[in-house]
Amino acid sequence: MDESEGRPVDRRGFIRDAAVGAAAFAAPGKLMADETESHSHSHEHGHDHDHDHQDVPPDIALRVRALESVLVEKGMVDSAALDEIVDTYENRVGPRNGAEVVAKAWVDSAYRERLLADGTAAIGELGHLGGQGEHMKVVANTPAVHNLVVCTLCSCYPWPTLGLPPVWYKSAPFRARAVIEPRDVLSEFGLDLPEDVEVRVWDSTAEIRYLVLPERPAGTEGMTEEELAEIVTRDSMIGVARVETPSGANPGGDA
Amino acid sequence: MNTIHDMGGMDGFGPIEPEENEPVFHHRWEGRVYALTRAVGRWGRGREWPNFRYTLESIPPAEYLSMSYYERWFRMMTTRLLVSGLISETELETGYPDAGAPPPELLPASNTGAPGAGLLDMDVPARFGPNDRVRARNLHPRGHTRQPRYVRGRRGTVVEDYGVYALQDTDEDGRRPSDRRPQHVYSVRFEARELWGERGGAREAVYADLWEDYLEPA
Repeated sequence: MDESEGRPVDRRGFIRDAAVGAAAFAAPGKLMADETESHSHSHEHGHDHDHDHQDVPPDIALRVRALESVLVEKGMVDSAALDEIVDTYENRVGPRNGAEVVAKAWVDSAYRERLLADGTAAIGELGHLGGQGEHMKVVANTPAVHNLVVCTLCSCYPWPTLGLPPVWYKSAPFRARAVIEPRDVLSEFGLDLPEDVEVRVWDSTAEIRYLVLPERPAGTEGMTEEELAEIVTRDSMIGVARVETPSGANPGGDA
Repeated sequence: MNTIHDMGGMDGFGPIEPEENEPVFHHRWEGRVYALTRAVGRWGRGREWPNFRYTLESIPPAEYLSMSYYERWFRMMTTRLLVSGLISETELETGYPDAGAPPPELLPASNTGAPGAGLLDMDVPARFGPNDRVRARNLHPRGHTRQPRYVRGRRGTVVEDYGVYALQDTDEDGRRPSDRRPQHVYSVRFEARELWGERGGAREAVYADLWEDYLEPA
């Protein structure tokens, strides 16, 4: 990625230098003394920090707080709006949305058909479209085919149906291995597929986001849609797990 | 660009380590970085910020691997704020606005600015269709691309036409073409043996979503 040193400094070089530099200098000053955030410090701040902190390993938490503080002071962001975004993904958007989609597909064959034909429209019926989930493709597991979703280039993931991705999904081992040794990856998750099951790996390289429709487990015939949604896991909708028959259910029985 | 973010098919990273009952954010600062990244987006309008992914991918590989996910986002965000002059290095260092600095202004979106990433309601002819045999072109652009390295030169089969999208590739400065290069995106199936030779499983396939510019007839 590096270019010849003889090349004159251009915009690209500037961006790269800034990318490297942004980490190097950003140690906090005395900011943290007033983290309760009032505006009373606005006259003297910026002048009383010491300049000897270049050697100190910058603490990311303090650097982030410094950035938020300066952006708030400059009127560029509003802390309450930030709280709202965090709250949305911590408490309101998550795999329960996807589970609702899956459970409905399990009990309503017409919905299942719509879901597989046009994931975006069918998920939209339940109101679970949005950023990083505008265009949805749903792929169904069957006894003959198992689907696994990955983003080898970054971390693409259907936020409106699954929330933000877990760390392992964004990690180098999963991104690197899912496409070349998917059975080994699935084994690590405790899912050993028979040799005759075809594995399809979906690399989310464009703007379409993927949701796996897992198989409905045996013994759940008597469960309601709401009860079924409870047993659908995030991992089953990424494709690294099956949905298990809940204990207490009666596989093969008359439920 | 051919750098470390393009990880598909690499060895050596070790086991996958899922965490039981993982929180959405492991630390408060991670949530703040996520929220700040989204909240500052409107300040990029009219300022020709380098592309989001381009900026992440421009982190030197050794550093990229040593950083956590949200550390990379923090680097990306601060890089964009710095190169567009919305914050200064001193401000980032101290957490206080520079004395006497004029407040930044929101700018209207420029017509030549980076277009969005969504499906376009445009009538563009499709060069390929389902069941067509295609080969991923052997492209190695210096900017951002969505064509992963492991498909380059490999043959696959179009399984679905997803419609017309703006090309997301950038030039070597991280800018997307102003004409958006609207074109069809296809789901292309590659047999594992085609991608990985003998290491590929007989009953395994990888599906990648590829813009038409990435493909040629096979």
